[in-house]
Amino acid sequence: MGADGLQNTPPVGPKVPVLAPGHTYATITDKISAIVLTQKTKRGWWGGLLVGLSLLGLLHIAIAYLLTIGTGIWGINIPVGWGFAIVNFVWWIGIGHAGTLISAFLLLMRQEWRQSINRFAEAMTLFAVACAGMFPLLHMGRPWVFYWMMPYPDTMGTWPQFRSPLVWDVFAVSTYGTISLLFWFVGLIPDLATLRDRTKNAVSRFIYGGLAMGWRGSAKHWHRYEMAYLLLAGLATPLVVSVHTVVSFDFTLGVIPGWHSTIFPPYFVAGAIYSGFAMVVTLAIPLRKFYGLEDFLTLHHLDNMAKILLATGLIVAYGYTMEIFMAFFSGPKTYDHYMILNRMTGPYAPMYWSLILCNIAIPLTTLWSAKIRQNVAALFVISLVIQVGMWLERFIIVVTSLHRDFMPSSWGMYYPTKWDWAVYTGTIGLFLTLFLLFIRFLPALSIFEMRGLAHELKEKQGEGKH
Amino acid sequence: MKKQPIYGVIAEYDTADGVLNAAQRAYAEGYREMDAYTPFPVEGLAEAIGFHQTYVPLICLIGGLMGCAGGFFLQWWPNVIGYPLNIGGRPYNSWPQFIPITFELTVLLAGLATVFGMLALNGFPEPYHPVFNAKNFELASRDKFFLCIEARDAKFDSQKTREFLLSLNAHEVSEIEG
Repeated sequence: MGADGLQNTPPVGPKVPVLAPGHTYATITDKISAIVLTQKTKRGWWGGLLVGLSLLGLLHIAIAYLLTIGTGIWGINIPVGWGFAIVNFVWWIGIGHAGTLISAFLLLMRQEWRQSINRFAEAMTLFAVACAGMFPLLHMGRPWVFYWMMPYPDTMGTWPQFRSPLVWDVFAVSTYGTISLLFWFVGLIPDLATLRDRTKNAVSRFIYGGLAMGWRGSAKHWHRYEMAYLLLAGLATPLVVSVHTVVSFDFTLGVIPGWHSTIFPPYFVAGAIYSGFAMVVTLAIPLRKFYGLEDFLTLHHLDNMAKILLATGLIVAYGYTMEIFMAFFSGPKTYDHYMILNRMTGPYAPMYWSLILCNIAIPLTTLWSAKIRQNVAALFVISLVIQVGMWLERFIIVVTSLHRDFMPSSWGMYYPTKWDWAVYTGTIGLFLTLFLLFIRFLPALSIFEMRGLAHELKEKQGEGKH
Repeated sequence: MKKQPIYGVIAEYDTADGVLNAAQRAYAEGYREMDAYTPFPVEGLAEAIGFHQTYVPLICLIGGLMGCAGGFFLQWWPNVIGYPLNIGGRPYNSWPQFIPITFELTVLLAGLATVFGMLALNGFPEPYHPVFNAKNFELASRDKFFLCIEARDAKFDSQKTREFLLSLNAHEVSEIEG
């Protein structure tokens, strides 16, 4: 499919359709629901689940050991008190942002190509937030008293510090997790009803039926449903911007050179979308290949997502440039000047230049070409490169800003330990496991929205003929 | 009240336009108690069966206002009344710093109100409904469109309504037991 599409598609001009021709409501329904209901579980799925569960086991071991010994098993120290935990937290939560943006923002913008990617992108958001949320909890050292961050009337009459971005973070991330879950579940209700009506198995009919809550596609219900969905989209769009803004406040409100910068909120949001869309591409490409969904996830989708990668990548590049410019503009012998020189030439310089390579040099030179944007293999590799780059970006921001304290006597180095890596790869296992279970037991593409898309396209075609 | 032996008469259509047209004709004919069942939201169908208003936006607004007021109060009260801390004479009510949490709680409560409001207005969870007994109704979540005129409608007459629906190019018309 990839090669054919490439040859048939001129670089500019008429595009690959968002839905391959010849599909009816019935074929869409049957094809997507068959993945869950009738297809034999693929061997590759079991292989993936095995990898996921192994890494998940590693996560369990790492957490058990962490709770027994304490955060001393990690590489964090003074001055680098925020190591992998915060790097991974920001990385995961950034990845999650693309899902909300696709489902909410593109809905408001009436982008019809969103219909086939929104469901699994929303699931990705949910699982990424679950992974992200784990890190601040574990980083506290005593996660069992996490409720101290919540405002509740305790016996000492004390309250959380509401003026601290770290407390804002608690509210932002928990709101984000809740709204993402609601959005995802509301989107699923009509499809759960479809599965209820299509399954031959009494147990799964009971489960899907229970979750569908009696959905029957009533026009009155659809009316309220569409309104609610639209309102949720309107709420989620500013929410997603606010969440990563608050995450960036965790840094900018500190007086650390390299953190204390007004460009952080927009540049963090753009970075989040950049890494998130990269993750959507990473997930979409194997999904369409292994489950034969090329008709629904066409090159049109990949091309559009690659364009968003390009646009957000350019914003990120602007952020890096401004950081460097401001440092040199501040003049020599300033902290910012030293910070940037230290990033470029200090002990973490290889990581800084890898970051520039992965986030700027590779994607922002290649994605201009329509041929590369529509080359599935190339796009897959680029999406992985961007995710590595975005992870390195957070590492650079957290570690290089901290490790050279104001006084040379307080300088230090940060080296992750094997337990740092164990928790990090463990959350990748958690994500993989949840995602594989999701595509096996729930429709990975929104069936009812695809039917609506087929209807819209048919109407448009009809208008064209007259 | 007279006991109705049947729930209504249901007609099956193959296209969204078919059911939309039928709904408009039925409404014009004077039928009011009816509902359409479709595999995806059909534009204008709710209006065609005479269903215009939804309270979902109002519920969303109320939830949002409650979240906004509650969120601000949650921060204002401890800082000004409950446990005021004088730090270098800085104002207790430092409202700009209370905005992020106020915003998050506004969104949270508005979202929760929207979803649970929508579900409650739709009467969910509702495991049983007579319309599920209709013939081929499992296709309402696949590729068929249904229009049901309910027996509680003033104009409803089992025979006449059936004939009326048949005249609207229905694929098939059948009765639903109550």
